[in-house]
Parts: sequence; structure tokens; C-alpha cells
Amino acid sequence: MTVSKPCFDEMGWPGEVRAPYALIDAWLKSLPPEHQAMKRREAEVLFRRIGITFAVYTEGGDPERLIPFDFIPRVLAQAEWQRLRRGLEQRARALNAFIHDVYHDREIIRAGRVPEKLILHNSEFRPEMEGLDLPGRMYSHIAGIDMVRTGPDDYYVLEDNCRTPSGVSYMVENREVMQRLFPDLFRRNLVAPVAHYPDELLATLRSLAPPNCVGEPTIVLLTPGIYNSAYYEHAFLADEMGIELVEGADLVVSKDVCYMRTTAGLARVDVIYRRIDDDYLDPLVFRPESMLGVPGVHFANRAGNLTLTNAVGAGIADDKAVYIHVPEMVRFYLGEEPLLRNVPTHDCSKPDELRYVLDHLNELVVKAVHGSGGYGMLVGPHASRAELESFRTLLKTKPQGYIAQPTLALSTVPTFVESGIAPRHVDLRPFVLCGADRIRVVPGGLTRVALKEGSLVVNSSQGGGTKDTWVLES
Amino acid sequence: MLARAAESLFWLARYMERADYVARLLQVAGHMNAVRVDSDRNSEWESAIVASGSAKAYFAKHAVANEPTVIDFLAFDRDNASSIVNCIEIARRNARAVRTALTSDMWEAVNATWQELAAYRAPLSPDRLNEFLDWVKARVGLFHGIVANEMLRLDGYRFARVGQFLERADNSARLLDVKYHVRLPTVDDVGGVVDYYQWVAILRVVGARRAYRVLFKGPVQPAHVAELLIIRTEFPRSLAYCYQQITQHLDAIVSFEAKAAAEAKRQAHSLYADLRFGFIDQIIGNGLHEYLTDLIQRNERLGTQIAKGHLF
Repeated sequence: MTVSKPCFDEMGWPGEVRAPYALIDAWLKSLPPEHQAMKRREAEVLFRRIGITFAVYTEGGDPERLIPFDFIPRVLAQAEWQRLRRGLEQRARALNAFIHDVYHDREIIRAGRVPEKLILHNSEFRPEMEGLDLPGRMYSHIAGIDMVRTGPDDYYVLEDNCRTPSGVSYMVENREVMQRLFPDLFRRNLVAPVAHYPDELLATLRSLAPPNCVGEPTIVLLTPGIYNSAYYEHAFLADEMGIELVEGADLVVSKDVCYMRTTAGLARVDVIYRRIDDDYLDPLVFRPESMLGVPGVHFANRAGNLTLTNAVGAGIADDKAVYIHVPEMVRFYLGEEPLLRNVPTHDCSKPDELRYVLDHLNELVVKAVHGSGGYGMLVGPHASRAELESFRTLLKTKPQGYIAQPTLALSTVPTFVESGIAPRHVDLRPFVLCGADRIRVVPGGLTRVALKEGSLVVNSSQGGGTKDTWVLES
Repeated sequence: MLARAAESLFWLARYMERADYVARLLQVAGHMNAVRVDSDRNSEWESAIVASGSAKAYFAKHAVANEPTVIDFLAFDRDNASSIVNCIEIARRNARAVRTALTSDMWEAVNATWQELAAYRAPLSPDRLNEFLDWVKARVGLFHGIVANEMLRLDGYRFARVGQFLERADNSARLLDVKYHVRLPTVDDVGGVVDYYQWVAILRVVGARRAYRVLFKGPVQPAHVAELLIIRTEFPRSLAYCYQQITQHLDAIVSFEAKAAAEAKRQAHSLYADLRFGFIDQIIGNGLHEYLTDLIQRNERLGTQIAKGHLF
């Protein structure tokens, strides 16, 4: 499975080394091969000891897997990053303005820029949120915007994650492990730090205190529990922020006020950073059988006694069919031209586009509108005849459930593999924090790398790894 | 602090303490067995099962107590909630649930123990078994040491200590009571060599051979062993010492369920007073077994009451 088109290698491999990678190049040349293997083992021991694992309980084997960590960093020059950062802030503003609009006057629909059907018939649309005003009009307070790159100046947004994006603990811990393994690399302070992410997150959550909060808000992180695949991250963030890590059973709502059960009685809670999906959050409003949620938490939110981050209903903005309209949202709400591009996307619900997709299926990537994690996806050039046929049928029966995009020649970064160092495809997930006061972005993000040669699927659930992501200070 | 976090800390410390105790029991049983000269080679293994408090569960599964089955049951059996493997597993699960309430060294101590556990698979050769049991004791020692050196003296620390000492009190009481359950080969053996070695074995389990010499001198006598394990507060595995610790930590915890928490404190202090002002002759005269049985039950009730008092 290789991509035939020539790919942009961010380091310049096999030609001349690009400027941002000069430091990495010198370092790799100075690193003896036997040293490399040793450091890889050390890294694995560190990750296991700290317990940075990604739990996959359904597939048997070691339930606590490590996400492979590749220690050749991915590097962005300061100027490259500034461009990206401005684009990310702009996009996050537009997405939040859109969600606010959807639950209020729906001007964008009335202006005919987004079809009404796409919103009101969407399973991610939550009528329970209509007319509710949130602090700073923000909904997706922690947004993960997945980016890919195809050339020196060509970035595309692959998808927006507006609900509960994960992976930020890897961004912080990858740096921590890199610094423990190779302290010399960081001695000259050339790399922008990322360790302050939890401080930025806490400042963001504080800014979102609900209207009826008196004094400093009490903030907690709500986790589904130790069996959740991202549990490590929940514990890590709560710990770093110095806030309680709670489960649904630790919280109780009485007269529209949320409390946590402590050994000294009930203590009022003002802001919940929840890592539980909307569906499971409040059994009185959403799925009644949910054991993970907190009955009544939605009403505490509506009464102005509690802020939920991210807000219920934020998922309306990260649907893949809604994605098509994000550049239009930037123009509509901000009156600006979008700084970040979308991947050209075919909306299969339109008959002429569907016809095009069916005719070019073996060149395209087809994605289910509600899918995530690389599942429910067809990579045309790599698909077997049977897979192509099954998607052809799916597309014909339920065209509105799919979008299609050209296969992009994703950029590569040198990576340690069995045979030595070789280019592997990467993406980037920066985390954009949207507070009621301002937007914060920690330089870089999580770089995911497809470890299989030629593979474009970087998801950790499907054999992807991660890298430390550097933004150079100058 | 979060009630669930208090509960997890309580059980984390409790299961670590239990793993240590079971390792000690197995080590002494193995040692006793090696020096035995008489024919009844299974009695030490039966003692270990009785002293572990899991006789019921064991005999539901096995007809007799012999070396390989007892070692497997106490060290590795997943069906035995108190096997060493399960103790470490449960301790780690509790640690993981309250990671934010642990220092990073505490977490790494528990997590590394759990990871290294995979290297020991039943059945182990005698040498390897001994190495395993030493390792368990060392890991638990490390854990409690980190707790002592690193945890803030807030409620979380106190709940961990209460859990540890409730468990230890239960263990010490059961250990002493073992002499009631394990009959000597013949009545003539009372006060004989086998009897003597069994009392010495009890001291070995709690690592108290030297403590005994310091406090009592001379040959091992049953009444002194009982005194050491029940009422001597100088000895950190005695019931009196455990209750000194439990009362002290319970008193310092700020509680919400005032009535239920006060009841837990009352029970703990009442038990401590009995231990503190008890006479060993009287305890033995009234029946040591009855005394210990009552104590084990009160200890268990206290555990339940603490849970009630602190919203577990």
C-alpha cells in the first residue's frame, strides 16, 4: 500500500534538509545506531511506568496498550506556526458563532448559506439547548482541529473535533519524555514549551464560570471511569490542574445546583469539564439507561448554576456534512476570508456529486458523515474490489450519510522503523481553547504518524503512533 | 476530599497490607515444613489457610491442604479474592481510580509492582517462590514508606492509614487464633516440640523473634506471644498498636455524617480501651479464641461503620 504521488517530506528527505530541521539533522547524525535502540527501550519503560496507556478493552490481549512513540520530532518554524495559529483561532471563532446561531436565531439558515435540513434533522442537534445563553457565547471550549499538509505552504483542515477531543496529554508527555531522554536537545531553548497547557486550560475553564457562580468557581473533570480508553488523560489533566477527577456517581444535582460528594459533605460545583458524550451525560434528558452521567445536570446548566464544557450540542459543528460549510461560516460570521482551507469535499446528497463520486470511487476517500476514528471509511486507491462494491451499494442506498474527498498526498516526516529511518505520513491535531475571555493555543499540537509504510491512517486505534511536535522559537 | 477517593485510598492501603501478610504466611509455612520431622507434613499449610481467613473458600475448592495447592491458592489463584495476585490487582485498580490523590511515586510504586507481577507465574520452584515472597514484602514496604514520606497529612493520608491498620489488626488476630484451629498431632504434644515451633512460627510471620527477646527474654511461651500480639503498644503489629493508630487518625478526619462518624469513633475508642487496659491472664483465662473471635467481628463492624460515616 503505497501512495504513488510524490509526497512532501517536511525534513526535505531525501534531498536537501529544510531549514527548520537543521537541528534534528545534526542530532540524528550524531546519534549512534545502538544508542537509538536503547533510547527506544527507555522511552517505552518511561511510558509504562508513568502509565500513559491507551486502553482498548474490546480486542483482547494486553488491555493497556502503549501508543507507539517515535522520538524523531516533527518541527514547525515559528512563521509556519503563526500562520496556522491565526487560522485556527479564526476557525474556532466561526465554529462557536455557528453553534450559538444554530441554538438561537439561525441566521445562517435564513440567509440560505446552510441548508436547514442538515441542522434540524441531524442527530447531533440538541433542541434542549435552544435559546440558552452561554458564557462568552462559547460552546466548543476545547476544540481539536485536525490538519494535514501537502506542501511547504499547503495546509488543509481534515476535520473539526468540537465535542471531547483527546490526545492532549500525549502532546505534553511526549515532550516530557523527549526532555528526559535527550536533555541536550533542549538546552538552548530553541523549542516553544507546551507544559503550560494545563494552566491555559484551567484559565479557560475559570473564565467560563456560570452566571450564578459567586467567587472562584469550583471546577471538576468528569470521567466515565478507569475503563475508558482516555482515562489516563483525564487523570493527567485533573492532576495537573489540581482539580477533582470525578465520576458520575460522585455528583448529585439538587434544586438545579450540582454538588460533589465529599467526606465532609456536599460541595458545590460550578464548572464541569466533562469527557462523557452528550448521550450519556444526563439520563433525565438524553439516554435514560446511562449509568455514567448525572441526573439533572442539564437543568443545572439551564438554570445558570453550572457550565458544561464542551457544551451540550456542540457536535452539530463537527459533522462531516456540516464541515463543507465551515469556510462559509467564517465569511458569514466574521466577515473575513478563511485562512485555513478545507479539503475539497463532495457532498454525496447532491445527485451530480454522487454521480462523480461513483465514477471515481477508486481515487477518492469516502467517509461516513458521523464516523470517527478512521472507521466507516473507504480509501479508494487502497481498497479491494469487494470493498469498493460494498461502498458503492452504501452510497446508493444512503447518499446523505457520506462525503468524499480526493486522496491527499500527506506530508511525511522521518521516523524510526525496522529498517532504520524512513518517511512516514503525519497529521497534526492542535488544541484550541475558547474561553469567555479569549482564545488560547499552545504552540504545536499532537502529531500522529502512520507507522505502516504508505499508510495514511494515523489513528491510534489502528496502529498509528505519535511524535513530539516542535514549534521553533525563532 | 471526594468520598470515592477516600474509599479507594482506604482499600488501596488495605490490599497492599494484605498482600504482605499473605506473603509472610507462605514464607513461614514453607520454612516450618522444611524443618519438620514428624509425619503430618500438611499441618503448616492448613495453618496458613486458616490464618489467611480463607479456610471456607479454600475447602470449598480443595479437599486437603497441601503444599502445592495452598501456595497456588494463596499466591496466584484468581478465584481467591485475597490471593497475592488479586491483592495487587485490586490495589492497583483502586490506585488508578484515585491517581490524582496519589503522589507520583506512590502511583509508580503500585503500578510497577503490578507490571512486574507478570514475571512470576505459577508454579514456581521453591527458590523462585521465596524470591517472589521477598519481592512482595519489599514492594509493600516501599509503598508504605512512600506513603509515610510523601503524603500530605490530610484526610487522604488518614483514610489510607486507617485502612492499613484495620487490615493489620484483622491479620494479627487471625494469626494468633490459628493455634485454636490447628490441632496438635496428639494431646501429649501440648508443650512439646511441635507446639513450641508453632508458637515460634507465629512470631516469625510478624517478624517478631527479636522483639520477643527484647521484651520477654527466655524461651517462647504462649502467654507472652499472646501479650505481644494483643496488648503491647511497643510492637507495631499488635492489636493495641493498630488501634492506637486507628483512633488517632479517625479523630483527625473531618466528617460530614456527624452521627455515623461519631459512632465509628466510639467503636474504635471502645475497642482501643479494651486492648489498652486488658490483662493478658484474664484474656487467656476467659478463652483466647472467644476473645479473638469477638475482636475480629468488632474490627469488621468498625470498617462498615467508617464507610457509613464518610459516605463511601
